[in-house]
Parts: sequence; structure tokens; C-alpha cells
Amino acid sequence: MALPKVCGIETEYGILVRGAENNPVSASSLLINAYIAATTSPQRGRVGWDFDDEHPANDARGFSLDDIIAPEIETTLVNAVLTNGARYYVDHAHPEISTPEVSTALEAVRWDRAAEEIIRRSMVHASAKLSAGSAGQAEVIVHKNNSDGKGNSYGCHENYLLARETPFGRIVAQVTPHFVTRQIFTGAGKVGCELPGVPNDHVPYQLSQRADFFEEEVGLETTLKRPIVNTRDEPHCDAQKYRRLHVIVGDANMSEVATYLKVGTTAIVLAMIEDDALGDDWLLGNPVSAIRQVSHDPTLTRTIPLRDGRRATALEIQWGLLERAHKYEQLHGLACVGEGVGPDVLRRWEQVLTGLEHDPESVASIVDWVAKQRLVDGYAERHRIESGSPRLKAIDLQYHDLRPDKGLAGRAGLETIVDPAEVDEAVSKPPTTTRAYFRGRCLDKYPDEIVAANWDSIVFDVGREPLRRVPMMEPLRGTADHVARLIDESDSAVELLERLGS
Amino acid sequence: MAEQTRKQKTTTSRTTDDEVIEDAAPAASESGEKLKAELDDLLDEIDEVLETNAEDFVKSYVQKGGQ
Repeated sequence: MALPKVCGIETEYGILVRGAENNPVSASSLLINAYIAATTSPQRGRVGWDFDDEHPANDARGFSLDDIIAPEIETTLVNAVLTNGARYYVDHAHPEISTPEVSTALEAVRWDRAAEEIIRRSMVHASAKLSAGSAGQAEVIVHKNNSDGKGNSYGCHENYLLARETPFGRIVAQVTPHFVTRQIFTGAGKVGCELPGVPNDHVPYQLSQRADFFEEEVGLETTLKRPIVNTRDEPHCDAQKYRRLHVIVGDANMSEVATYLKVGTTAIVLAMIEDDALGDDWLLGNPVSAIRQVSHDPTLTRTIPLRDGRRATALEIQWGLLERAHKYEQLHGLACVGEGVGPDVLRRWEQVLTGLEHDPESVASIVDWVAKQRLVDGYAERHRIESGSPRLKAIDLQYHDLRPDKGLAGRAGLETIVDPAEVDEAVSKPPTTTRAYFRGRCLDKYPDEIVAANWDSIVFDVGREPLRRVPMMEPLRGTADHVARLIDESDSAVELLERLGS
Repeated sequence: MAEQTRKQKTTTSRTTDDEVIEDAAPAASESGEKLKAELDDLLDEIDEVLETNAEDFVKSYVQKGGQ
């Protein structure tokens, strides 16, 4: 029986400054510090991130590159844990938000939208600070995209909980067809192409921001020679029982339904793999070539080779996966991805494939690359401008601008599935269904007694040595059902720890 | 769960590296007119908010690599 597909999204955002020095590292720090200052009382110390259990060099194939790769030093950069259970930090030269752990694709959309809202508020506070300090109006501007058009890419990563005993080789082979082809509805669209040697006018528009940057089928790298399947083995929970699949291949989405489908379909595909219910029918012949070929073909008609010699379009492969998913639902049910959400994902999956097949424009309210293409093509036609014009690339970039008065996605008529009031609540409140609940509630109620927090533990200062580390090795323990009353009734961390017993 | 009928994928045209089959253009209709009007409004908005100096903006938009 597949484990509940606990999941989460980490987004690296693009950042630039106008009217003051454009240094992304200091701008990212300013962004986060301004938000923290505005949302917490001055007396509170900052709760730091506890790096003790981080092992990003562990490879799922059974070795560690710690001896070869120098450990990443993040400790000097800004790193905050929020009361909704999220992590908000500077990752090299980008602000990044990791959503709290959630149980369903719908929750993932809600807390991903909350992350956008946190960024919006951060921009306002940071811009005000910057303007106060400098001669005139200064602005910090953040984009939710993955590509600068200059050969640089930054990620929107997904994470999914799997049973440790699932053979990693099976995961790699059987999830790859989905990773390569899901971009027909998850792609955020891009004007131009960044493969060395390919002229822009060969690929005036493509489905995915990220496809050009993938060079390997499987591997540990995340910043160069990116692999379609990433082997990072850092579960942040009980490593005997669990695996966290770290997915780097996706685009960041502005469309809520696209995010919903991205996470929802992938969770179902992984559940099928875990239960050995997917099989090898759709294994690809050349995944690295295929991911670019699919991305470069907005007509969705190009076929890619399968390992058994057949050829299929990305659409056909997705129909095949959906058919498997329906069978899986009948045999096993979809409780692992949410009783209500699972069937709804299947419905939406069918809706989007049908739309893409018969009339792609009919899914402009759901699929980012279609919505964006409509703007780009419409604008080009109205102003009679050539593809290759910087104004079209500007539309591509501005689609992802998170400023409400400037962002184009907000104007494109995209369908929403989460109530704005729920997004607003998710800015400060954690999900109730995972250990993020315990983390978020404690940070909110006992901030002065918490020294550090990370995904799988909280370190409390109870006023005397030693500090008390509370492990949180089970992603599904520490939910509202388990601990809400306990926290409600404990006025201090000291009391809470006493009640928790050991 | 009731068996759901899945639409057969009969209308997709396929291309290999050798041939390209054009999809038929959808017929114009009242809803097509409405869509065009919506698009026109949208394009008006873009005209208003798009970066005034697109060339500079695009050229100067550089991000350091991330993950």
C-alpha cells in the first residue's frame, strides 16, 4: 500500500533591484529581513535553522560525495522559519521559500500561493526600507520563474514521500516518462531557447523554462549537468522507513490548476510506482533528447522514441499514464493522495489532456504555457512585430512578475481553486495534517523558547542546560489531531515538554 | 467507482522527424468573437503595464544560477 504522499514545493525566485545597487545576495537578505521585521515583534530573537541533519551529498544510489564535494556553507546567510511551517531563506543568490509539508496537491497549491503572498509583502517592506535609505524610489522586484534568458536557471523543486524499500532503479525508470511529458500541461512557457548552438528563431517559443538545462538521465547535481531524476538522499525523517524524492525538473507555475496538476499527477504516478502498478510500457528511449524535443514542440505532434522501439507523442504517453491511474484507483483507491483530491486530480488530468488534444486555446485558463503564448502571439500580431523582438521576451519575463500592478499572469484570466481568504490564512498558519503543524504552532506560541528548528526537529531553550531537541522524524505525527490541544493547554515550552513526557 | 470512459485519442495528428501534419483550424464562432474581445482587452492592459524599455529590461535581466 503506497504511503500517504506527503509533499512540498521549494521555489527559488528571481530578484532584481531598481533605483539602488542590484546585488542579488544582499537584496535577497533584505527581502527576508524586511518581512521578518514587519511580521514579528522586535523583542523576539530570530529562530535560526538547524543544519545538523543536512546531508545533501548523500546519493540515493548508495554513496556519499561528502569527501569530494565541499559542504555548502549557508550558515552566514539569512535563514528563517515561519509560523506557517515554511522555511524562508537565501539560497546562493536567490530568495527561496520551501512550503511546509502538506498531504495533498490542493494543500500544496494553498501554501505555494501563500509563499507568493509572503514574497509580495516582502517586496513592499523591502522596497520601503530601500527607498528610505536612498535618494529616491527604489524597488526590489521578484519573479516566480526559472530562466533569465542568459543561460542561467534556478529551480522550483517538488518533494514526495515514498517508502524506502521502493527500488530506486524502478523509480528512476518509471517516473522519467512522466517528468519528460508532463510539461505539456505543467510547462510555464518560454520565448526563445538556451541550448548552445541553437538559434532563437529555430525555437521561437517552447513549453518549458527548464527543459534546455537537463543533460543527464539521473544524478546528484542540481546546478549544472542537471539530471531529470535527482538522486539526493536526504529524507529529513526516518531514513529506514522513508525516502524523499527530490524533484528538480519542473517549472514554477503561476496557474493554480497547473500547480495542482503538477503535484497531483506526480503523486499518483509515484504511488503507482511504489505499488509496482505502473509497469514499463512507457519507458523512454532517450529521455534527455526527449525532454528538449517535447519542450520545443508547442504543436504537441512530435513523437519521441520509447525503449521498445515504438514512437509516441507526449500526449499519448500522458493518456497512457492516466489510463493506468484510473485502473490503479479501481484496485487500490487514491486515499494516499487524498480521498477527495485524488479523483478530482484525475478529472482535471482528463480535462487538460482533452483540451490540449482538440483545442489548446481552450485550456488557456489552466496551462501557463498556453496562457503566455496567447499573450505573446496576440501582442506580436497587434503590433506587427517579429519573433525575436525584446518586447516578446519582456512579456515572457513579466508574466512571472509578482507585483500585483505589473504581473501579467494575474491578468491572464487564470482559473483559481483556492479561496483568497484561505491563502491569507496560510501565510501565517501551518497545515493541520503533517508535522508542519507542530513546528508552526510552536514557533507562533513559544518563539522566545526556541533556539533553532529544521524539518525534523525543534531545539528548545527551557532556561537551563542542556537545550532540549524534540525530534520529528515522522512526517505524519505532530498534526493538529495529535497536538493541537496539547499546545493550546501549554502556556510555555517548558510545560509543553513536560506534557510530551520524555 | 464507476468506470470512466476515456476519450480515445483518435484525432491527434502525429509527426515523426520526417513529416508534419497540420492541425485543422477551429471554425470561427460567437464564442470565438468573445475570446477575441477578451484578448483585445488583455492586450490593451499589457500595453499599459509592459516595461517601457523592453530592450534594456530584457538585456539587464540576469540571474545567478541556482538549483
